Amino acid sequence: MRFFDTRGKPWLVWLGFALVGLALALLPFALAQAGTTWVRIMNYTILYVMLALGLNIVVGFAGLLDLGYIAFYAVGAYAYALLASPQFGLHLPFWLILPIGAAVAALFGVLLGAPTLKLRGDYLAIVTLGFGEIIRIFLNNMSRPVNITNGPQGITRIDPFSFGTFNFARPDTVLGIDVSGPIKYYYLLLLVALAIIVVNLRLQNSRIGRAWEAIREDEIAARAMGIDTRNLKLLAFAMGASFGGVAGGMFSAIQGFISPESFVLVESIMVVSMVVLGGMGNIWGVILGALLLSFVPEILRWTVTPVQEALFGRMMVEPEVIRMLLFGLALVLVMLFRPAGLLPSAVRKRELEEHVA
Amino acid sequence: MDTFLQQMVNGLTAGSVYAVVALGYTMVYGIIQLINFAHGEVVMIGAMVAFSVINLLVPSGLPPLAIVLIGAGCAVPICMLVGYGMERLAYRPLRHAPRLAPLITAIGVSIILQHIALMIWSRNILAFPQIIPSRSYFIGGAAITTIQIAILAICFMLMASLAILVYRTPLGTAMRATAQNPQVAGLMGIDINRVIAVTFILGAGLGAVAGVLFGTYYGIAQYTMGSVLGLKAFSAAVLGGIGNIPGAMLGGVLLGVVEALGAGYIGDFTDVCAWGVPLAACEGGGTFILFGSNYQDVFAFLVLILVLVFRPQGLLGERVGDRA
Repeated sequence: MRFFDTRGKPWLVWLGFALVGLALALLPFALAQAGTTWVRIMNYTILYVMLALGLNIVVGFAGLLDLGYIAFYAVGAYAYALLASPQFGLHLPFWLILPIGAAVAALFGVLLGAPTLKLRGDYLAIVTLGFGEIIRIFLNNMSRPVNITNGPQGITRIDPFSFGTFNFARPDTVLGIDVSGPIKYYYLLLLVALAIIVVNLRLQNSRIGRAWEAIREDEIAARAMGIDTRNLKLLAFAMGASFGGVAGGMFSAIQGFISPESFVLVESIMVVSMVVLGGMGNIWGVILGALLLSFVPEILRWTVTPVQEALFGRMMVEPEVIRMLLFGLALVLVMLFRPAGLLPSAVRKRELEEHVA
Repeated sequence: MDTFLQQMVNGLTAGSVYAVVALGYTMVYGIIQLINFAHGEVVMIGAMVAFSVINLLVPSGLPPLAIVLIGAGCAVPICMLVGYGMERLAYRPLRHAPRLAPLITAIGVSIILQHIALMIWSRNILAFPQIIPSRSYFIGGAAITTIQIAILAICFMLMASLAILVYRTPLGTAMRATAQNPQVAGLMGIDINRVIAVTFILGAGLGAVAGVLFGTYYGIAQYTMGSVLGLKAFSAAVLGGIGNIPGAMLGGVLLGVVEALGAGYIGDFTDVCAWGVPLAACEGGGTFILFGSNYQDVFAFLVLILVLVFRPQGLLGERVGDRA
């Protein structure tokens, strides 16, 4: 189904892009009217979009269910924190650390991928989950005998991004407009997210993307067709991990503080929920899933408490709990009633239509 | 030697609880090839229900043993109900869906159960009332408490009765038939849906008892306890060969022992000073331990990964062509 018929009218497409671009550019100022908190929420939402897109490569494209994805986010975050904080007295510039973080995360991706190549489906899911927990346990305990991660206390006073004298944490006046720190980060995050989206789109229909799809549908057949399944699966893990690593580095800088608490299993599951809800393998679906599952709970957080206080006179259920219940319900209900997600990928849609016909 | 014996005792106790939980995973997997991800949460709910009941009964002045038994008696049916409910609502409709689908609903169910527990019992770590007087007996330098003896005995009894049920009764025969070939079992007049539901219920009941034992042994319960315990029990099931009932028992006990011995000795083995490396920290009998016993939880995962890589069918499992 097409909402607009753009055939023969290429200018319509460009107009669409321009409108979306304008809306995205103005969004932080509109959100700032409701409070800077909402700009921050938007920033975290974009981080989740990046994570969901990274995980989509592993789960959606290659069909490898990874329940420990947050470990790569953690690796990226800690890589940034260690290289740009008083912890070791290092203060490298962010444009140097982010690629390092991506590379280290990719390395961990291969580390996880290599021993699990033979596993599929549920076994792989459990091993990745264990891997995520191992990373967290290490982060928690690597304060002795040599203090590397500072244990459960985490690392504080992490440098914000800065470029010459342009500091992302401070408010500034650009061309006569007041721009707060979170708004600056918003634009940077948006740029990186757009880059990740473009990479994803280009990947999907590339030789590599189709090979992943083949592996997802039938690994044995894919191998028979001459696809190097081993290297391609490792590549999927590495690429997915590197996006997680970049997102982690940015998280670290925006937050200024990280601890192992931020990288628990629930976070992995949250990212998986986003991918599943949106539609595994469909880039726009995954983005939609990430937006929904990050924004709706925030809106709930702001409405649930007053409503409960008005109804019962006190807070009965914490918003955090409602948020998690929603995640759980979303996973169950989507699988039961719309297994391909809200926006199914083209391949899955085709399969479903074939079944009907 | 004392450390060794002591860690063996501790490991056997923890391991027998893992084994009982692992049975829940392995029975369900054996019959419908599903990793019931939410099984750990059932164990947690068992512990929580028992906690509430025991707390409620402590002032009544009943004998401690009776209180714990009543606690377990309440936990078991509630967990069975939870187990049945999740089979019915989240897994049965997806029995013919792709493998990933029920796994994802299982994760969803697990989150839901965890947060329902959070709503009821708060996010605090709950201290189990220590009402059973604990005495220690000494065997060759290792201490074993009455609670440990009771746990070993109860777990052994549970495992033995399950083995009898599965291998010596008509229901057990029906379960094994369904595991081998559900279609043919159905043709032979077995109500497959009923058998699968019963499997879930049995697994959940075992899980409830394990939860109560775990709570009384460690003295604490929290709404998050299910995930790590579940993961360890799953590792145990995989170690023994998933789908294989004696395997789960063996795997659980082995995992408990490996974990306890690992936690007891990892510090000594990773002491850089003991390797003869001259470090400032080693002066005057100091130590420089790379990995202490706080890495205990890593062992279960390492065992899991090693088994899956080198012997995916587990210790007692059969080689299956293209499983998973």
